[in-house]
Parts: sequence; C-alpha cells; structure tokens
Amino acid sequence: MWLSNSSIGRKVVMSVTGIALVLFLTFHMLMNLVALFSAEGYNMVCEFLGTNWYALLGTLALAALFVIHIIYAFWLTMMNRAARGSERYAVSVKPKTVEWASQNMLALGVIVILGLALHLFNFWYNMMFAELIGNPLMGGLSATDGYGYIVETFSNPVFFILYIVWLCALWFHLTHGFWSAMQTLGWNNTIWINRWKCISNIYSTVIVLGFMLVAVVFFVKNL
Amino acid sequence: MDKNISFTLKIWRQNGPKEQGHFDTFQMKDIPGDTSFLEMLDILNEQLIEEGKEPVVFDHDCREGICGMCSLYINGHPHGPATGATTCQLYMRRFNDGDVITVEPWRSAGFPVIKDLMVDRSAYDKIMQAGGYISIRTGAPQDANAILIPKPIADEAMDAASCIGCGACVAACKNGSAMLFVSAKVSQLNLLPQGKPEALRRAKAMISKMDELGFGNCTNTRACEAECPKNVSISNIARLNRDFIKAKLKD
Ligand code: HEM
Ligand code: SF4
Ligand code: FES
Repeated sequence: MWLSNSSIGRKVVMSVTGIALVLFLTFHMLMNLVALFSAEGYNMVCEFLGTNWYALLGTLALAALFVIHIIYAFWLTMMNRAARGSERYAVSVKPKTVEWASQNMLALGVIVILGLALHLFNFWYNMMFAELIGNPLMGGLSATDGYGYIVETFSNPVFFILYIVWLCALWFHLTHGFWSAMQTLGWNNTIWINRWKCISNIYSTVIVLGFMLVAVVFFVKNL
Repeated sequence: MDKNISFTLKIWRQNGPKEQGHFDTFQMKDIPGDTSFLEMLDILNEQLIEEGKEPVVFDHDCREGICGMCSLYINGHPHGPATGATTCQLYMRRFNDGDVITVEPWRSAGFPVIKDLMVDRSAYDKIMQAGGYISIRTGAPQDANAILIPKPIADEAMDAASCIGCGACVAACKNGSAMLFVSAKVSQLNLLPQGKPEALRRAKAMISKMDELGFGNCTNTRACEAECPKNVSISNIARLNRDFIKAKLKD
C-alpha cells in the first residue's frame, strides 16, 4: 500500500489528516465564539452536539484522524532520525529561510497532545462522559452546560496560562503545517509558495486568536 | 591583493565507515585570501606529508563548481558559508584572522564515510539508474525548432538540470532526505516533451529506489534549498509529489 510503504505516500497521510484537523479546528473555533455573545446560544450548540448521533460519529472520526496523524508523526520521525545516521554534526547552523517550527513539528505536536489531554479532562470528560457516568468532576454543572465549564476553567489562572501555551504551540505547528501540506500534495510552485505561506500565517493566526479571545475574555471577566 | 590570515582548522578524521572518528586540530599560518578552500587543504596536506603524517582525505575533481565531487561541511554549512557556490568556489577571504574553522564530512546514513572527509555517494548513481534517463530512441539529431518548448518550461527544466549531484541537500537535511536531488533529476526530464511519455513511471521508480536506500521522508524544512550550491528550488519537490501521487492514483 503506497500510503504506508512510500515516503511520499506517508507524507500524503500526514497532510490529509492534518488538513482535516485544521478544518475541525475552524468549526470548533467558530462554535466557541458563540460563547462570547450568548450563554444560552452556546449551550444550545453543546446540547445539539451532545445528543446527536452524527456528532458522536464525527467525534469518532476525529479521534481516528488524531490517532493516525500521531502514529505517523512518531513513525516518520523515527525513520528520519535513522536516515540521518548516528553521527551528529559538531557545528550546525540553521539557514535563514528555514522556519524553526518546521524542524520541531514533533515537539510542538507533543505539546498539542498534552494540551488536548488537559482539554478533554476539563470539558469533554465532564460533558460527554458525564452522560454515561453521571458524575461530573467540577461541581454541580450539568453535562450540557458548556458555558458553565468555560467559566469554571478560565477562572483558574493555571488553566488559563496552560491553554495559552497550548495555543501558541498550535500556532507554530499550523504556520508550518498548512503550507507544508499543500507542498506535500503537490499543489505548489515558486509563485504559490509565498501565497501559501501568507495564507498559512493568516489562517493560523485567525484560528488561534479566535480560541485565545474566548480564553482571555472569560479570564478577564473573572478577575 | 587580499590580506593573509592565520586560523585554526578542526578536521574530522575517520579511518573507515565502521571506525570511530575524531577531530584533529591544525594551525594554519599566513594563508592568502585568494586561496581557494581546497587549495588551502592542499597546503595543509603538503605540510602533513613533509612531516611524515597522513594527509587528510577529501573529494574533489573539477574545482570549478560543475562536477559536484567536493563535499565539505564547513562551519555548519554544506559547501561552507557562501550561498550558491560549491566548496571549490569558496575562498579564504570569507574567513577572518583567528577563526576556528570546523570541517566535517556529509553526515547521513545514506552516505557512509569512506575515509576522513570523503563519503560514498553511490546511492545517487543507483537512484539515477532507476529512471533518470529516457529509454526512447530519439533518432538522428533534428532541427532544434522541430519540437517547440515554451521558454518558461525550458528555463525550469534547465534550472532543474543544473543539479550537480553533490549531495549537499541530504547533508543539510535533518531527515536525511534526498528529495531535492531526486526531484531535480525527475523534473529535468518530466518537464520536457522527450521525458513526458515515461514521466509517471520515472517518478515511481526513482522514489522507490530512494526509499529503498534508506533516505528520509521530506518534511519541507527547506534546508536543502538554502544550502544547494545550484539554488535548485523545492518547487521541483512539489512537482515530484504531484507526479508520484498522480501515478499512484492511476494504478
Ligand atoms: C489539532 C491538531 C493538529 C493539526 C491541525 C495538525 C496539522 C498538521 C499539518 C497540516 C501538518 C502538515 C503535513 C505535511 O507536512 O504534509 C502536520 C505535520 C505534522 N504534525 Fe500535526 N497537527 C496536529 C496535531 C499533531 C499532533 C498531536 C502531533 C503529535 C505528535 C503532530 C505531529 C506532527 C508532525 C511530527 C508533523 C510533521 C510531519 C511531516 O511534515 O511529515 N501533529 N500537522
Ligand atoms: S539538488 Fe543541489 S544540493 Fe542537491 S545534489 Fe543537486 S546540486 Fe547538490
Ligand atoms: S570540485 Fe567539482 S564542483 Fe567542486
């Protein structure tokens, strides 16, 4: 199967799963913005997604995307370290045109996983699992009170700072990941590379700022 | 006239692919700025021979930037600090009095060290043999204008063809990926009418050989493009990805 036994095939898997995750992030960010305007509106969205079989199916598909992206990430990194050989350069200089993020995608990805674990613990565990186990961790909020959980989480400065760090790592991952995925899929040339890089930077910034805005607004409200 | 400079050389010495290597340090005195880097190593080797010591082994041939044999990793850059130039085109005026200059071989699993600074780049020949040619009988030479090729395409093919197969792209890459070289060699043919009939087969064959030889998966860091002495562009890699994906979807 060329998607696992050729280098370009493996990269295609990385880029397709990566782009699908980017689309997911876009929807998630837009949904979060609703919380800025209306608590009821936000909880309606939560209720809709919590009680909807399609949404549950979507969650499973999303989990699968993550798992594939992460397994391939570690696999590719291991192969690439082997290809590099055991001997390291005594002196090595990063050329100016090489983005720092592009050489640290795995480390950034690991921060993203850790942030994701925290996030699942803060929200998803309470909101999805609670329906099954009926025992939310954080006080007496009901499982569909997403708004309540946002308020709870961001009133804690430790969580607030961890979320900001997480979002910064995501920003670096995306600024490289987005255009890199286009390059991997072959949709690039000397003209488009600058366009894609520009689009990557703008798109990543908009997504990350959208998430951050919600975190900051709720943190400041609670001061 | 350039000034003369004195500096310290730290050079990697290694007896064979499996041997443990180490750095040797040499003091170089009063080297004129218009000495090329390789001439400077010649001077060092003459001194070593006079002292009855073993000279430093390094690869070189044309010494005018066209053969791709010279292959030194100097102060953290393949082919040294100059851009768009090979080691043999690097002059000592680039360095300052009192500098420490560290010289290492290409370090990559695909290019094992033969001795000191010389590495085995025959993997590139094997990739070329897998498909870096056209197998169509082209017949007798015909008029140059019989097959019209738009100028931008001809230029792109020519830029890809400027690759001298030196291996700096692999040496620069944290993933030990040979994609810049392979994409240049595929593009120089796939862009032109004579190379088109076998384009997809070529992309598949050369990639499969590249993977088999243990080169890494390209993650688009662009270190190769920054260090390539011929400024080969990663747009060639995008083209290779495109051709390869097309070929696999067709299968
Ligand atoms: C919301 C989460 C994530 C998104 C949107 C995302 C997106 C992307 C995209 C678009 C790429 C570019 C693919 C390409 O170059 O063709 C990429 C590459 C990469 N991702 Fe992620 N990613 C996410 C999470 C993760 C996680 C959790 C890891 C885990 C370690 C990870 C590790 C990597 C690595 C190592 C690469 C570089 C691999 C390569 O270029 O071949 N990512 N990611
Ligand atoms: S692409 Fe550039 S760096 Fe790589 S082998 Fe060709 S000339 Fe050397
Ligand atoms: S010796 Fe031929 S390119 Fe440097």
